[in-house]
Amino acid sequence: MRNPQLNGAGELQHLLTLEGLPSEIIGRILDTAVPFVSIAERDVKKVPLLRGKTVFNLFFENSTRTRTTFEIAAKRLSADVINLNIGVSSTTKGETLLDTIDNLVAMNADMFVVRHGQSGAPHLIAQHLSATGREHIHVINAGDGRHGHPTQGLLDLFTIRHYKRDFHALTVAIIGDVLHSRVARSLIQGLTTLGTPEVRVIGPQTLMPTAVESMGVHVFHDMRKGLADCDVVVMLRLQSERMKGALLPSAGEYFKHYGLTADKLKLARPDAIVMHPGPMNRGVEIDSAVADGSHSVILPQVTFGIAVRMAVMSILAGN
Amino acid sequence: MKIEIRNGRVIDPKHGFDRQASLYIAAGKIAALGEAPSGWHANRVLDATGLVVCPGLIDLSARLREPGFEYKATLESEMAAAIAGGVTSLACPPDTDPPLDEPGLVEMLKHRARSLNCAHVYPIGALTVGLKGEAITEMGELTEAGCIAFSHADAPLGDTQMLLRALQYAATFGYRVWLRPQDASLSRGGVAHDGEVATRLGLPSIPAFAETIALETIFELVRATGVRVHLARLSTHEGVARVRAAKKSGLLVTCDVAIHHVHLCDVDIGWFNAHCHLVPPLRSTRDRAALRAGLADGTIDLICSDHTPVDDDAKQLPFAEAEPGATGLELLLPLTLKWAREESLPLVAALARVTADPARVLGLDAGHLGPGADADVCVFDPDARWLVEPSALRSQGKNTPFLGVELQGRVRHTLVGGHIVHEA
Repeated sequence: MRNPQLNGAGELQHLLTLEGLPSEIIGRILDTAVPFVSIAERDVKKVPLLRGKTVFNLFFENSTRTRTTFEIAAKRLSADVINLNIGVSSTTKGETLLDTIDNLVAMNADMFVVRHGQSGAPHLIAQHLSATGREHIHVINAGDGRHGHPTQGLLDLFTIRHYKRDFHALTVAIIGDVLHSRVARSLIQGLTTLGTPEVRVIGPQTLMPTAVESMGVHVFHDMRKGLADCDVVVMLRLQSERMKGALLPSAGEYFKHYGLTADKLKLARPDAIVMHPGPMNRGVEIDSAVADGSHSVILPQVTFGIAVRMAVMSILAGN
Repeated sequence: MKIEIRNGRVIDPKHGFDRQASLYIAAGKIAALGEAPSGWHANRVLDATGLVVCPGLIDLSARLREPGFEYKATLESEMAAAIAGGVTSLACPPDTDPPLDEPGLVEMLKHRARSLNCAHVYPIGALTVGLKGEAITEMGELTEAGCIAFSHADAPLGDTQMLLRALQYAATFGYRVWLRPQDASLSRGGVAHDGEVATRLGLPSIPAFAETIALETIFELVRATGVRVHLARLSTHEGVARVRAAKKSGLLVTCDVAIHHVHLCDVDIGWFNAHCHLVPPLRSTRDRAALRAGLADGTIDLICSDHTPVDDDAKQLPFAEAEPGATGLELLLPLTLKWAREESLPLVAALARVTADPARVLGLDAGHLGPGADADVCVFDPDARWLVEPSALRSQGKNTPFLGVELQGRVRHTLVGGHIVHEA
């Protein structure tokens, strides 16, 4: 089966998932992002790579942060950006997902940035565009259900590479609600593609997907054992509706077992970095002392995120 | 009308018959096989040289979508699909809108079907009112109206007390009950097999043991009530093992598998192909191998199409939101032949699973070519290749995982009650 995000020449057509994305393409995106970091430090933070292009931010699920970073990225590339919060407009009026897409295509969209609550929605849009002869319009997955969040995965990889240089000797631990996490899936796929020898997932059985080992990770239920000698510690966000109920008894008990504290962080390597995709629940998955501490690279992640999204957009646009 | 089907390879699984012969039909019945009755003069001769002549297929699960879902399919379109697929008898599940829970609805459906003069339609009544799992239906009235069994289709029935009462009541009067073994709470919200593929794609999943647990519940209730249960749509390795053991222990249950599950597994979902969103979910390659083994050794009695026409709008949605099901009436025969080829099974054994075996479960004198039987016959070209594409399907539902696949086996003539109802 052909990877639906690559064109016939093996070039990136859409960014739908990190699964099956060749390491050369991942490497090219990360390399392209490097100079974009410095653009943000200039007085004039704009380059004309997407001038005249129209980017639609299609958010079927609310997200302030991801939408904002995509908007900034597109604007710094000189694109025209339209933000649509579909969750509160068309679909509630009965319009289907693909009707919405067709209408926006009629407005001459060049690129869709899609966030959707259902796994596979960006794939559906890409297939629809392809089936109707409009494959020149690009789709970027900005998070779909539990499936993937490839630009988050890429910015995580960029951050790790920035601080650790190389993936070939790293131990990375991803901690928390792996079951519902698209961030975890994308990062695991990216890390394994780039040859990371040891990727661990840590959490209770209620938050682990079945057969997650098949993705190339080791499962730990004891956080202290899982943190031993880690170079990178990635904390996942715990949605508030999952803190109490069938999956977990309480936020307090969760923090006791799986919250990252300065004490537990000592089990990792002395130069370990701590990451979080945001927004953080302080005192639930991470202690403030760690979130704001010397190991934390959580704010640089946000800065790098804009550069990585600029890189993805400019590569898709043919630059 | 006297019809002679001349020189075909006649396969009658019930009688273990498989050789070149002519079939003689008179007054809607099979008059003779091999030698013409004395004074025979045919009104019409069908040359079946190079073709297979077998009993019309009997499909134990075909949704005709009436009443209530006429925008997905109609009796006209789906009955045309049935005879184009060589299916001459079909049972339709009660999950219409409203569900088949009162005699008037069943009579109307039977009447509509009869007026079309196509395949025989056997409605399955709803086990509970509205398929809500709260009250038993008037099974007696429904049986008089024409229901041949009672089921809960794919609607959840989580209340075991309610299930027990319904089975006790059905057992009292000797009604058959068809149940799909799936634990209601373990399958809630799930759309794919709980395994590597669902984990990778981030799809809510249904564990294999949702089937095993439901099977063991059903077995205990069968032991307690003596009800005749048919298990619909087995899907797992462990499920096959449990049914095998139950049958061995003397429990009188029968079971089926949908043709899709004989061929496909969760890997076929690929990148969220909604045509592979089926109920029960496509499971692992190991499960598929076990289903095939179960069919081969008779643990699984028969194959059905689980025909479910779905409109494009309901399929062109993200995987989990897309309506489950696949069109199947026209694919049942070619996919059964494909299975037979892949397993190197004699045709007579493979065709039994779609003719004589479903007739036995239905309790019908059908699905065979013995003298005096209703002349429901399928004549097909076992070698003809055709491409599965929307324009090749009579069914209003064009939804199938096999779109774009070339299949072998094409129906040339279908006869129902001695009338030629389909020719191609």
